[in-house]
Amino acid sequence: MSIATEFAAEAHATESAPEQAIEGRSQWYLTWRRLRHDRVAVGSVVVILIITLLAIAAPLFVSLTHHPPDSTYPLTGTTAAGLPVAPGVHGFWLGTDDVGRDLFIRILYGARVSLFVGVVTTAIAAAAGVSMGLIAGYFGGWVDAVLARFIDAVLAFPYVVLALALAVVLGPSLPVIIGVISFFSWAAISRIVRGQTLSLKEKEFVEAARSLGASPWRIMFLDILPNLLAPVLVLATLAIPQAIVFEATLSYLGLGIQQPTPSWGNILAEAQNFYQEAWWFVVFPAAALLITTLAFNLLGDGIRDAMDPRTERVFAAGRKRRRRGRAPARTVAVTAAAGGPEQPSSAAS
Amino acid sequence: MSVGAGDPPPQHDAGVAVGVPPGSSDAGTDDILVRVDNLVKYFPIRSAELFRRTVGQVHAVDDVSLTIRRGQTLGLVGETGSGKSTLARCIAGLIPVTSGRVWFEDRQITNLSRRKMQPFRREIQMIFQDPYGSLNPRRRVGSIIGEPFAIHGLASGADRKRRVQELMERVGLNPEHYNRFPAEFSGGQRQRIGVARALALRPKLIICDEPVSALDVSIQAQVLNLLADLQDDYGLSYLFIAHDLDVVRHVSNSVAVMYLGRLAEVGPKAPIYEAPRHPYTAALLSAAPAADPESAAQRQRIILVGDIPSPINPPSGCRFHPRCPKARDLCAEAEPALEPRLGDPDTHLTACHFPIEAGESLAAAGRRETP
Amino acid sequence: MSLLEVTDLRVSFPTADGVVQAVRGVSFTVEAGQTLGIVGESGSGKTVLTQTLLRLTPGGDISGEARFDGIDLLAIPDEDMRRVRGAQIAVIFQDPLTSLHPLFRVGWQISEMIRAHDKSVSKRQGRALAIDLLGRVGIPQPQQRVDDYPHQFSGGMRQRAMIAMALALSPKMIIADEPTTALDATVQAQILELLLELQRESGTALIMITHDLGVVADIADEVMVMYAGRAAEKGSKHEIFYEPHHPYTKGLLESIPNSSAGADRLKPISGQPPSLINLPTGCKFHPRCIYVMDRCVREEPPLVAVGGDGWHRSACWLPPAAAGLGSQAEEARRKVVNKARDGEAAQVAASISGSPDAEGQVIA
Repeated sequence: MSIATEFAAEAHATESAPEQAIEGRSQWYLTWRRLRHDRVAVGSVVVILIITLLAIAAPLFVSLTHHPPDSTYPLTGTTAAGLPVAPGVHGFWLGTDDVGRDLFIRILYGARVSLFVGVVTTAIAAAAGVSMGLIAGYFGGWVDAVLARFIDAVLAFPYVVLALALAVVLGPSLPVIIGVISFFSWAAISRIVRGQTLSLKEKEFVEAARSLGASPWRIMFLDILPNLLAPVLVLATLAIPQAIVFEATLSYLGLGIQQPTPSWGNILAEAQNFYQEAWWFVVFPAAALLITTLAFNLLGDGIRDAMDPRTERVFAAGRKRRRRGRAPARTVAVTAAAGGPEQPSSAAS
Repeated sequence: MSVGAGDPPPQHDAGVAVGVPPGSSDAGTDDILVRVDNLVKYFPIRSAELFRRTVGQVHAVDDVSLTIRRGQTLGLVGETGSGKSTLARCIAGLIPVTSGRVWFEDRQITNLSRRKMQPFRREIQMIFQDPYGSLNPRRRVGSIIGEPFAIHGLASGADRKRRVQELMERVGLNPEHYNRFPAEFSGGQRQRIGVARALALRPKLIICDEPVSALDVSIQAQVLNLLADLQDDYGLSYLFIAHDLDVVRHVSNSVAVMYLGRLAEVGPKAPIYEAPRHPYTAALLSAAPAADPESAAQRQRIILVGDIPSPINPPSGCRFHPRCPKARDLCAEAEPALEPRLGDPDTHLTACHFPIEAGESLAAAGRRETP
Repeated sequence: MSLLEVTDLRVSFPTADGVVQAVRGVSFTVEAGQTLGIVGESGSGKTVLTQTLLRLTPGGDISGEARFDGIDLLAIPDEDMRRVRGAQIAVIFQDPLTSLHPLFRVGWQISEMIRAHDKSVSKRQGRALAIDLLGRVGIPQPQQRVDDYPHQFSGGMRQRAMIAMALALSPKMIIADEPTTALDATVQAQILELLLELQRESGTALIMITHDLGVVADIADEVMVMYAGRAAEKGSKHEIFYEPHHPYTKGLLESIPNSSAGADRLKPISGQPPSLINLPTGCKFHPRCIYVMDRCVREEPPLVAVGGDGWHRSACWLPPAAAGLGSQAEEARRKVVNKARDGEAAQVAASISGSPDAEGQVIA
């Protein structure tokens, strides 16, 4: 047995409220407390908040710069050669695009599209994924057999190809994009929820609920679902950047958000012809995409670590040991815990 | 086998009336709270392929009959794979039975639909082994204990909170901890939460599935005392499952010993512990470590050979015969009936062709060392 | 000289929630061929204690000394420690499945374990040794079973295989951490019998860690009772079971159903074990102790001799005369406690009054 895990379990048992705290401390509170100490996660939250605020405040910047997103400025916004102007020139903070539109404003409006698509598709995918996964996992039998095969089928689809085909057939529009991305996102969530449900329904507290006479729906939504929220939250946080990238990809290929409505994807699509003449045209929208997706991914990892105190504790132990320069001890302990015969000398295991 | 709920209960032949204290075997049938007739539970083993053919059966419980008397405790003893937990779940209606019947008072409660079972849920409650796994970690204690009221629509709002806090007080918890989460309690306190939940609907029977085996010794005694007090106060009946023979001896009026899905021996506590008839009972008793060095040194241990066989292909004849120090040819061929042996009263039943006689020592016979 | 001499061992773990004081100054010795039983409930530090001896507690702050056969286990380089583990000190864990590698044959694991310590053993010899060892621990048909995978073994057989592995290099000491807890009673009896028999044959010292007083009564020579990271009481098996001095030891013995057979009510120890992050003041047992005095709240009692020969030691302020389960000892205890309490403020009594079952005194 690994001393780290046993110890973590032991410490968890002793991790109880002091006598004066009558009010219970929920899992969320404990998660939040751990998350607060994670500088990367806190940084990610700050970045996401800033991007969100900027997106919300986009019209404010329009009134400030007097540059609506769709307006072209052929005189001030393009050079004599008809190329985009550089950042800072003629009041274009981040320069302009090929037809002389304000790149900064367009990136802000692109952020609105990206965040909206990311959040809405993830919400739809999470709701659908959780319901399907819960039903498949809890009822089992033929219900599960049918749903699980369906999930497998969705996951097996070459989704980019299918998304392209759908966008062509149905015509590119925001609802179609949201529909397509949601359809391909729920299955991954569903599969994990199904697996978790399968293990949770064997827990004694579910049996206890059944022995009290609780209905299957009550058990699914009051007993099992609260235990799924943590992994679903992590999955959802990680699904948002995927959806954002997915949307950008579709738009980049001309099958997502259509001009003149700005989207990071279609800005990049236009910018690719100008990367030698106007670096800002490529770099700024790409950076926006990168920073946003990175922030969401790092936040997702942070939440996952914060929800699983075991990994956090092992890390804490690792830090401690590194500080004292006794690194080799860990290798030994871990192999002993795993009982690998490669290290038979360790603990006779 | 199925019997309509409207059928009259079967005749209560004294031969299967377990749990009757000596001298009161003529007590009326209305003393019997639960009666299990020839209960069988097989779990199918399915292949891993697409259509999941049934390729075998786990004989978890095989033809078990017993009764639980009102206000008394029946101890159910057995090792891993003996089927004791499966039997409990069949009685509680948590899993469908393969055949046989369970009677609660005068009503047949086998394989009822969830709706028809609902009134009986209020009468039969369970306490589980794992104080960590049996409480939903994401719900507050008040909501966990109040769950039975919510499900059965018995109390809500302030009334429910008041009743939950009364229950908390009754089982020795601080009612002010109403809004705490299970993780903020120690193992013993969590088990009290489980007791409070089981008690909420004022059931007549509580099935205790290893309620103290996950607890430390000093805490175990607290919970056992609580269970005893509640039995006195509310006239509860217990089906008490445990592998710790000392604990079962302390709490039970009568004892049933299971081995590999079958009853080996049943009867009042005293004869089972003092003069066991079945060699398995005797071996189990001698194997239990006693916290007393002197008696440990004096005791003649019956060391059984090997492990419990698989319940998928249980041995022929008497299921204990491959490990039994007294086994003879007959034991492999014929299955012994569960009946009074060697002039025992009809409350003490043993399923053994060659039961242990008074003064007989098995320890010598048991020295069949493994090769 | 003793085979193992542990002096003032302390282990603590820094965590996000505070410092967990798992072991707080434990000293003991183990003689060659002797069995020391370490009894304690969950969180008493018994497992951390022995794992620290093998340097298997990463992340822990460790102080103290542990001399095994002349070497300080806590000071030698990791490379040397690896040679001690397995060869000199072997371990048997509660769950053999976590210690046996699931993807390798049992015999191969035993053979590799031998060959890792002794390069001169050939594969063929290693296999022969593995068969011999499996036979010694009572596994039927070892020639065939040597090629089985761990999952083909039953729980009892896995534990036997673990014991075979522990014996492989003829260690001077075996540490068995709850080796029978996961097993059924009849199988537990087999394993204990086997351990005793093997110990008689080979003269190996054994440290048996368990929460089960019954196992200790069976197998131990000396017993150490641990509570909240310290030794509450140490002594011979006879002293611990028949002349317990520490109220915790006495409480443990009395809370077992068997010892009060016939009585309607058991005598539990009230309250809960303390949190190792937030330990009580003074004697760590005082919030649960029925003999608590003012001094117990203020000062932690040292482990002092309470028996004639000085080997029976207890960490309790009660006088040596208070050892035992009989009425005489009870009288001695009552006398001291009443005398102490007479002179004390009533608040001491108030701190321990209330229902003995009432929780909330210590939230573990």
